[in-house]
Amino acid sequence: MPFRRVKFTFKTEKIQSPVIYELGHKFDVVTNIRRADIDSENGWVILEIEGTVDEIERGLEWVREQGSDVSSLDGDILAG
Amino acid sequence: MTNVQSLRCKECGRDYPQEPIYVCDFCFGPLEVNYDYDAIAKNISRESIQDGPLTIWRYDELLPASRDNAVNIGAGMTPLLKADNLGKELGLNNLWIKNDAANPTHSFKDRVVSVAATKAVEFDFDTIACASTGNLAGATAAHGAKAGMNTMVFIPADLERGKILGAAIFGSVVLVNGNYDDVNRLCSELGDDRRWAFVNINMRPYYAEGSKSIGYELAEQLGWHAPKHVVVPVASGSLFTKVYKGLQEFAQLGLIDSADTKMHIAQPFGCSPVAKAFIEGQAYPKPVVPDTIAKSLAIGSPADGMYSVSIANKTGGSGTIVPESEIAECMKLLAETEGIFTETAGGVVISALRRLAREGVIGPDEETVALITGTGLKTLEAIADSVKTVTIDPTVRSFDEVVTGAPVS
Ligand SMILES: Cc1ncc(COP(=O)(O)O)c(C=O)c1O
Ligand SMILES: [Zn+2]
Repeated sequence: MPFRRVKFTFKTEKIQSPVIYELGHKFDVVTNIRRADIDSENGWVILEIEGTVDEIERGLEWVREQGSDVSSLDGDILAG
Repeated sequence: MTNVQSLRCKECGRDYPQEPIYVCDFCFGPLEVNYDYDAIAKNISRESIQDGPLTIWRYDELLPASRDNAVNIGAGMTPLLKADNLGKELGLNNLWIKNDAANPTHSFKDRVVSVAATKAVEFDFDTIACASTGNLAGATAAHGAKAGMNTMVFIPADLERGKILGAAIFGSVVLVNGNYDDVNRLCSELGDDRRWAFVNINMRPYYAEGSKSIGYELAEQLGWHAPKHVVVPVASGSLFTKVYKGLQEFAQLGLIDSADTKMHIAQPFGCSPVAKAFIEGQAYPKPVVPDTIAKSLAIGSPADGMYSVSIANKTGGSGTIVPESEIAECMKLLAETEGIFTETAGGVVISALRRLAREGVIGPDEETVALITGTGLKTLEAIADSVKTVTIDPTVRSFDEVVTGAPVS
């Protein structure tokens, strides 16, 4: 099953809404949190998402709509 | 023989064998090369370094590969020049320019790719790959050619012709129809399922080590001490963190007395997530969509952004966001004062330097190095509007009229 390692960055006021919990319920993906920092103003969570490529993409799009930034864990690969 | 002990997770400290891997299985933290510094201390000295080749490989005790097998086209040992003319303009009496445009493919990327290509051969890859809008493409293609490897260099199809040809001369490049995100996604997928040495994915822990050599060279070229300030152009933040690491290692090994260098982040307005995080007191950058003429710094989601912010804080450094309008102006300023034609990233550095001097963050007599990491010849379009030329007819009369402005008798 394809998986992606991603980082969500969000304003910590958003931490109230259980984005990751809902992601796993609204979409056919399995989430697995590895590391997080929710102390500072901009929190982040690093996690693995497993599912079909399409379902992962749909899920990540939804996370963006909830106001989180979604970035690849590796950062941008396309370099100068 | 190298002095590498393991790859170590920067977050949780778990150790991994030296393989083409880059992320910790446990916490997804980035892996970094971990050395046996006791062994290094026994073998390294100022003299042993000075006896080495005039490339980054003179520091191979502190690199993850030995100079004997190096894929070497002469990266490193670029000039460190006293910049008195520019210094006068900016009110700095102790200013140095590290001119890394003097590398074989005209940017500091030759340092990192020389190390990545060497490890790629060691790991038995037959293909070396990268995705780039310019400098990394050229460096990867050239080192791939020298190593006799297949190269897979992915370039956005709408890139300037000069940059495409500058990489394609060394072998094949692949033009991708799509924007930055499309190229990023494609390469991330290919990186996962091809057995390639992707220089800034699975080779990244080794690749990044190459940039430490700038820190070593600064110390050696200044007469074995660390400068008070270094101003660094930041994209992913890899260069920034490794220049710092290089200076720290030299101090730890007793090759220099101390390394109290203040590390300054320079980014362009159109892509400044790292400088912005520093200024706003955030621990880590928020990703942005880049829109800057400094294309070599256009990384909206910087892998080492968080570590860069932390180093700038720890060293008493700074973060500067440079207006886009000052980039070409400062490229011109450096060219006119010091005879060095840098690319847009260099314009960003000089503009940041000027601000730091004006604001008194850098004192007039403090030893300061500005890192010039690439050549202006690859980004001619950036200065097209700010450089003027005159045209004359092939007569003395026309010359006098147009150039000297002398009345014609
Ligand atoms: C000329 C130049 N300077 C600086 C950088 C910044 O490098 P880093 O991604 O290590 O921050 C790049 C990266 O592409 C570059 O091409
Ligand atoms: Zn870890």
